[in-house]
Amino acid sequence: MSALGEERVAAGERVGAPALRRAPRMRAVVGALLRKELRVELRTFESVPAMSLFSVTTYVLFHFGLQQNSVAGPLASGVLWVTLLFAAVLGVNRLFVADAEQGGFDGFLLSPADRSALALAKALALFTYLVVLELVSVPAFALLLLGVSLWQAMPDLLAILALANLGVAAIGTLVGALAVRTRARDLLGPLLSLPLLVPVVIGAALCTTPLFRDPVGGMPLRWLLTLALYDLVFAVIAYALFDFLLED
Amino acid sequence: MYGTRLRGLALLTAGLLTLTLVGVFYWAPDDETDGFLQKIFYIHVPLALVTLCGFIAAGVMAIQHLRTGEARWDMRSYVAIHISLIFGVGVLITGSIWAKGAWGHWWVWSEPTLVAFLLVMLLYATYQPLRFAIEDPERQARAASVFAITAGVFVPVCFVIVRLSTAYLHPRTLDNISGNLPGRMQVVFYLSMVSIALLWVVLWRYEMASKHASAQLRALRRLLSGDDDELPPVRRSAAPDVTGVGGVR
Amino acid sequence: MPPLPLHTAGPYVVAAYIVFVALILIYVAIMAGKLSRIERELGELTELAARMRARREEQDVL
Repeated sequence: MSALGEERVAAGERVGAPALRRAPRMRAVVGALLRKELRVELRTFESVPAMSLFSVTTYVLFHFGLQQNSVAGPLASGVLWVTLLFAAVLGVNRLFVADAEQGGFDGFLLSPADRSALALAKALALFTYLVVLELVSVPAFALLLLGVSLWQAMPDLLAILALANLGVAAIGTLVGALAVRTRARDLLGPLLSLPLLVPVVIGAALCTTPLFRDPVGGMPLRWLLTLALYDLVFAVIAYALFDFLLED
Repeated sequence: MYGTRLRGLALLTAGLLTLTLVGVFYWAPDDETDGFLQKIFYIHVPLALVTLCGFIAAGVMAIQHLRTGEARWDMRSYVAIHISLIFGVGVLITGSIWAKGAWGHWWVWSEPTLVAFLLVMLLYATYQPLRFAIEDPERQARAASVFAITAGVFVPVCFVIVRLSTAYLHPRTLDNISGNLPGRMQVVFYLSMVSIALLWVVLWRYEMASKHASAQLRALRRLLSGDDDELPPVRRSAAPDVTGVGGVR
Repeated sequence: MPPLPLHTAGPYVVAAYIVFVALILIYVAIMAGKLSRIERELGELTELAARMRARREEQDVL
């Protein structure tokens, strides 16, 4: 660079552009990334419709597989949670695929943003997809298979769903990033996430079972707490380790 | 070097294991409630505890790998998981044999150690496929380390949760596995713990030495192959390359 | 369940310990395979190095 050019750069650094040197604030970055994710999903409908359709079909499968017209108690809890789990795993698979295939990772790495922002944004996006999934799937379940009224399970069921979503979002983000740049990503994603998500199912199912009984029982708070703690542990782990998966 | 002192360590382990077996079959009294069948616990439980510690140790080694970036920590983590997987198979089989003897079924859901172990093994069984599915060696090592750390945290958490859920669902007096053992049985139990822990270390060093030697051979091969193309092809392996000598595999 | 008598419990205990020993021996066998491969490769590389030295000596002579 010429002497004049260097002088100009130095002047610019001193006077002009503090905003360029300072990394953008975390909240702004996460917000921007999240908006991008949701906009892409709304435009392409890659994940959520498939997850929802999958869950409804699974209920039909359960009807034929279990040879039951309606389920209650632990059976109902199990059918609901296993179905939600498998539908969620479908979504986890798709979470990073577009980034990996179309260079989204590189673009992000080049920006001065904090890398954990991507993790947070993806997790929030996944959480949103799961909420939409459940808005379709849980009423479908109530319609097709649930032998007791869905209202008796409210609002406790909402709390359980929220906590379960958090767990799936945390673990799904980590596993999705882990599996996306492997050769057999469609297989490895589920294979890695399912064992890690078993405790989520344990907690959620044990919480939901009394809600689906007739007469309705009380939700065991200690399992809700266990679920929350599990979420916390793996959210921290996912946040801490995500960086290492982005480097190339 | 991993092979140094290995012979001494192995002999010590062999001696301790023999002593343990003598203790189990000639010295420790029969348990009142479970009778002769209880003797299985003297290897089943130490195997289980050592396996779990092995998995957690692999997680700690993986943390070191991510912190320092040195490939040898990745190798140590890889081998630790390998050895623990083998021991874990032993846990599942011996546990199943015990279940058949005690309950009449080859599998029981009411035994939290077995159930938690099944879950842990299902997770770690994905370790090798994960490694093989990533071509780039550095990315493979990093992904493996992230996995090892996540799984290492999962192990104790999983055990606690399964134990809680088993107590919740099957509220009967659980296994008296590690609890209050009277005098002689306790001695034999601890002896067994030490022996099997040492066995893990011996096997770990054994495999480390072997992998290290293979890696050095690969490096040697690369150094010699500068102007020669008569070399037979190198077999693909998921094992990390510790020698730091570059070049394409 | 009441404790099993010796003649019924015996086989199970023995089976468990046999599994333990078998696992160790299987591992030893696998490692033996790896060791022999290392041995073989070492032999090949030694041969290779000898050939290279011979070639270099020829070139020095020329």
